[in-house]
Amino acid sequence: MILASTLTTNLAILVLAGFVGFVVISKVPNTLHTPLMSGTNAIHGIVLLGGLLIIGLSGNGTFNKVILVIAIAFGTINIVGGFLVTDRMLEMFKSKPKSPSGAVKDAEAKKEKAP
Amino acid sequence: MSAPPLATSFLHNQNFLDVLYIVAFSLFIQGLRGLSGPRTAVRGNRTAAVGMAIAVIATLLNPNEGNWGLIALGMALGVAVGVPAARQVKMTAMPQMVALFNGVGGGAVFLISWAEFRLTDGYSHTATYIAIFSLFAAIVGSVSFWGSNIAFGKLQEILPGRPISLGAAQQIVNLVLLILAVAAGIDIAAGNHSELLFIGLLVCAALLGNAVVLPIGGADMPVVISMLNAFTGLSAAATGIALNNTALIVAGMIVGASGSILTNLMAVAMNRSIPAIVAGGFGGGGAIEGAQGAGEHAGTVRSTSAADAAIQLAYASRVMIVPGYGMAVAQAQHAVAELTKELQKRGVEIGYAIHPVAGRMPGHMNVLLAEADVPYDQLEEMDEANQEFARTDVSLVIGANDVTNPAAKNTPSSPIYGMPILEVSNSHSVIVIKRSMNPGFAGIENELYYEPETTMLFGDAKSAVSEITAELAQI
Repeated sequence: MILASTLTTNLAILVLAGFVGFVVISKVPNTLHTPLMSGTNAIHGIVLLGGLLIIGLSGNGTFNKVILVIAIAFGTINIVGGFLVTDRMLEMFKSKPKSPSGAVKDAEAKKEKAP
Repeated sequence: MSAPPLATSFLHNQNFLDVLYIVAFSLFIQGLRGLSGPRTAVRGNRTAAVGMAIAVIATLLNPNEGNWGLIALGMALGVAVGVPAARQVKMTAMPQMVALFNGVGGGAVFLISWAEFRLTDGYSHTATYIAIFSLFAAIVGSVSFWGSNIAFGKLQEILPGRPISLGAAQQIVNLVLLILAVAAGIDIAAGNHSELLFIGLLVCAALLGNAVVLPIGGADMPVVISMLNAFTGLSAAATGIALNNTALIVAGMIVGASGSILTNLMAVAMNRSIPAIVAGGFGGGGAIEGAQGAGEHAGTVRSTSAADAAIQLAYASRVMIVPGYGMAVAQAQHAVAELTKELQKRGVEIGYAIHPVAGRMPGHMNVLLAEADVPYDQLEEMDEANQEFARTDVSLVIGANDVTNPAAKNTPSSPIYGMPILEVSNSHSVIVIKRSMNPGFAGIENELYYEPETTMLFGDAKSAVSEITAELAQI
């Protein structure tokens, strides 16, 4: 009974999270697709938690410890690398609101002078 | 009173840790909402990162946690590899970096399933559903790991970008591998505790990951990376159910769902169906047809010089830049930005026509141009740009190929027929900067180059653009 209810609760969470994922992402400008892919990529690095949980349990032999350390390293690379790369990409968009208007004004001013 | 001190018991209380998980995945959702708008994107990404930090801390506070030395070792290794990789990667190499980060995520998933299998003596002390989800995670994680590595190899050009396939047998081989992996999984879930069988399952899934991605041409790689990203998300969610961890379920499933949407958006932009991409077979037929096309058209290509191009551009009133991956590879975005500034000084109106899949991922070109300080309002999306071409004097195509190929509109037999393109040939004249007449990433000849209004400027994108800028100064 207890197991069954854990399973159904978790399945309910799974389904709801799926809908949240669909709704949150539905309206994204093309420009942001690459950063978004990279950002979601970083989020699935959460598998790190799985490695952290299992390595804490007793009964892990040497081989298990080795593969879990690799799994933790992999998960950490996924998280740290993913968020940093996304941040770098987005930093390039961040300065946009200031520079374009300035550049356009510049260009327009020069255009007026040109003829 | 033998109760532990209040602070300790509170920090290690399971309800408190669950609340931390809820805070963490609320931050993920909030962060993703932020990532979907240009102004809120930076904050969104950082919000999600904070959520991740909270989730990791909550897990480390778990009262059963131990083996701190190994945890520190693993995380230190991860940081030592991940941080420099993310800091130093060039913007042009971004797609393969994402592929690699995705791959290690998949790798972590199948390793965790393997450890869980060993720790429970082949799931002998656990409920069947836990075995099923853990085995699902092992198969999908392994496919994602190997598939992403192949995608990385292709984009990094360690492996040839062209499809490598077994031909007609490919789909049968894929199907057999999938059936073998699933059959091994069913046998284990039904009570077979043999570790050899589990390793067999991992090997079949690994071969499947290779077999699925190797036959796919480089042009379809963005869709594949996005699909594998969704796969890794789903496998993380399955790991979450196997380990009864809410944060894993929610975060993994959100990535699975959003990744599927993104994959679909990309496939639609390229007019490709996801089953067709996975089934492979793109590129081979096109290359043969392209070769014939080259024979037919040979001799009708007109080439031009940097000086002539400079004159053409200087006296235009509207110029449309059509950047493609070739520009990115040559690191020419800064030179292009220079050129357009020079042209603007002369009163030329500038626009950049951005195809949704220009570069190797949707939005990749925007990132590269933003890096070169190209004003955001000069970037025009495909539909907008296509209306502008009729009143454009010169379209300057820099390293873009398939996204300008009129065959997508005119030649029903072409493999890219139906793909939305930038209708460059509607402008008064076209200058194409290209290394040689070699066909593009998709291996298809471009009819645009043989049209009467098109001239070709052969050479490396960066030096060709710099030459034009230099010539422009002399006019």
